[in-house]
Amino acid sequence: MSDWYMLTVVGEDRPGIVARVTKALFEGGCNLGEASMMRLGGSFTIMLMVELEGTGERLLRLVEPVAGSLGLHVHVDAIAGRLHRHLEPDVSVTVYGADRAGIVARVTGALAEAGLHILELRSDVAGSKENPIYIMHIEGHAARGIDALRTALSQLGLEDIEVHLEPVTTMLG
Amino acid sequence: MASLEIITYPDERLKQVAQPVERFDEALRRFVERLEQTMRDAPGGVGIAAPQVGHLFRIAIVDVSSRPKIACNGRMVLINPEILSWEGMVKGREGCMSVPDFTGNVVRAECITVSALDETGRQREYRCTGYEARAVQHEIDHLDGLLFLDRLVSRRTDLFPRKNYGSRKSA
Ligand SMILES: [Zn+2]
Repeated sequence: MSDWYMLTVVGEDRPGIVARVTKALFEGGCNLGEASMMRLGGSFTIMLMVELEGTGERLLRLVEPVAGSLGLHVHVDAIAGRLHRHLEPDVSVTVYGADRAGIVARVTGALAEAGLHILELRSDVAGSKENPIYIMHIEGHAARGIDALRTALSQLGLEDIEVHLEPVTTMLG
Repeated sequence: MASLEIITYPDERLKQVAQPVERFDEALRRFVERLEQTMRDAPGGVGIAAPQVGHLFRIAIVDVSSRPKIACNGRMVLINPEILSWEGMVKGREGCMSVPDFTGNVVRAECITVSALDETGRQREYRCTGYEARAVQHEIDHLDGLLFLDRLVSRRTDLFPRKNYGSRKSA
C-alpha cells in the first residue's frame, strides 16, 4: 500500500540538483507525480509529488544524504492529493507595472472576492534595481464568470499598472 | 451508429505520417460518418483526425459550431488537406482526445486558408480564423504524426502575450 507525499526542497541553486534528488528517489523505489521546479532568485525550489510504500520519515531518509551534500533544506508532508485531479483554467490574468508594495495582495484579494480560484501563479521582478517592474501571470477558474473579475479589477483604481484579463478556451481535438 | 475507439498516446500510430486518400467510394463515406460520430460522442470534442482511431489516412473533421460566439465554417470534412496560407500567431490552450488529462498552451497561426477534398471528392477551400484555425491546425498535425505535446510553449512566454506588443503605442 503506497501513499503520496509532497516533497519540498529548497537551497542555493547549482547545476545537478534535480538529477541528484530524483536519482535518490528512483533508487529508493519512489514514483514521481506532478511537480514544479524552478530557480527563484539564487535559490532552487522543488515541489514534487512522490509516491512510495512507507512513511514520510522513510522518504526523508532517502533524500537526506543528497540534500546534505548539496546544502538543501527538505520538508515532507503526507497529502490527500492524487494524480489526475487537474482543474481546467478558464481565465488568464496578466498584471505588470512599476513594482510597488501591495500589488499582489490588492489584485489577488479583489479577484478572490470576485470568485477567482488561482490554479497557477508565476511572478517575476524584471527591469533594473532603480526601476523594477513587477510581472505576474495567473491562470485560474472564474467561478462567477470573467465579467465579475473585470468589474472587481476596474473598481481597484490601479491606473498605473496594466491588467489584462482573457478567457481561456481550451480546444479539444 | 457506434463510435470508433480513440487510441491514446503512447500508441505509436499517433506518431506516424498518414497516407493520402485515393478512393472516394462508399467505404470512405461510411468511415467519415463513423469518425464524425466519434467526434460528436466525445464531450467537448470539436475536431478529430483518422489516425486518432488508428486509421492512417489523411482525413480530418472539424466542427466548432457548438462553441458560442465564434466565427466558423460549420462542419468541415478535410481529406488530403493542405494549408495554403498562414497569418499572425496566437497562443491558446489545447487538449487532445488522444492525450487524456492534460492541456497546454500552443502557438498557432491566427488565420489560415486550407484546401481539401470532401468525402465526395469535391475540392473545397476554407478560410479559418482563431479557434477554428487552431482546431484545423491541430487536426492536420495528427495527419503528420504530430501531437500538441510537440508544440507546447514554455510557461515563461505566457508572461508576455503577443497582444501587449501589438497594442504598444509609438513613443
Ligand atoms: Zn488531438
